Amino acid sequence: MGKHRDKVKKTPIEALEGLQNGARVMVGGFGLCGNPEALIDAVVELGIRDLTVISNNAGNLGKGLALWLRAGIVRKVIGTYIGNNEDLHQRMADHSVEVELIPQGTFVERMRAAGAGIAGFYTPTGTGTVVAEGKETRVFEGREHLLELPLRADFALIRAAKVDPFGNVRFWRTARTFSPTMATAATTTVVEADTLVPLGALDPDDVHLPGIYVSRIVEVKHHEDTIEYRTVRKGPI
Amino acid sequence: MAWSEEQMAARAAQEIEAGSIVNLGIGIPTLVANYLPARKDIWLHTENGILGMGPFPVDGKEDPHVINAGKQTVTILPGGACFDSNTSFAMIRGGHIDLTILGAMQVSEHGDLANWSIPGGKTMGFGGAMDLAAGSKRVLVMTTHRTKKGEPKLVPTCTYPLTARRVVQRIITDLAVIDATPQGFVLVECAPGTTATEVRAATGTVVR
Repeated sequence: MGKHRDKVKKTPIEALEGLQNGARVMVGGFGLCGNPEALIDAVVELGIRDLTVISNNAGNLGKGLALWLRAGIVRKVIGTYIGNNEDLHQRMADHSVEVELIPQGTFVERMRAAGAGIAGFYTPTGTGTVVAEGKETRVFEGREHLLELPLRADFALIRAAKVDPFGNVRFWRTARTFSPTMATAATTTVVEADTLVPLGALDPDDVHLPGIYVSRIVEVKHHEDTIEYRTVRKGPI
Repeated sequence: MAWSEEQMAARAAQEIEAGSIVNLGIGIPTLVANYLPARKDIWLHTENGILGMGPFPVDGKEDPHVINAGKQTVTILPGGACFDSNTSFAMIRGGHIDLTILGAMQVSEHGDLANWSIPGGKTMGFGGAMDLAAGSKRVLVMTTHRTKKGEPKLVPTCTYPLTARRVVQRIITDLAVIDATPQGFVLVECAPGTTATEVRAATGTVVR
């Protein structure tokens, strides 16, 4: 059996084998949208701690990655936005969790660089701000740019709509965000999919993330999928 | 009479040229979506991965995986597309977004923008604001003219941490439309019933 025939695991805990204390873990999703909920729960259950979490937010409303904050297993958060996440505000204020903020486009491009073998890139985003502190700058076409370096992780935990046994993935709507890029930037990528489909069920042209980037797969049919801010209109516009 | 938030949104919508690709920031800018007639052929971009974002869904039709960058439930219009954050920020950084409308905590007379942290207060984080401010062809700010405590938000130099330098071209407040230029603030228009004298008195520096 080759390693590509052994990706599908029975449980989230089995899919997290080898995740250790102190690991750098990327977690997909945008706020509570597109979260690998069962994998998030399983990390708490396993008692793994001192994690560096790389994720756009670190949960909200006490859910998603806020579960890790509440469990006290996070040492550092690398992300882009805190917003109203009181669990993180509180831990930033008492210095129990270190927070590193990165502009969102730079955040995802640094992960892309890590996955694509790019040693660094120059971007105008963040020039003249705290983001530029300590960074090399260079002027291109009269405009100042910052040198940004790759962002890597030991594990990436991502949520998919569909996955086949090789790890070819399809996402759903705005649940995609950082997940395909994180999968390229981590040593081990674990996919939590709503549906596991047979090889050949996904049209090759419809694959969003090719299986080369996926190490392990777990099918989880039920998700909470909390809506952070439910907004509706009264009638047709 | 100052403009209400809805009236500010209607005024901001007039700034949008037909055929534009537009990103609306969190807060007051979101309201601009209510004032975009279909004939203007305007396509809304949200950095979490939709081009062709539609209005809020009708009750019962919410999809937890169809949200805007403010994590509000939205819809996708016919012809809309979904994509990952990499593609989304390549659109932004690559200069493909015609106009971004952002909120602000402070704007300087030369167009510096501060909108992510108040010293001694809460740090909200950047989200995509730094990328949008640096990469969009045009940046418009919508904000109240003063803070709740009555302090001016239009200032000679930002004292709050910057989001980007020299990017804001026009500011729509509850009192006026003002341009930030290399020569400082220039008054474009006053809200109905508001005088230029009142606008100048509410601003932290010279308005020409």
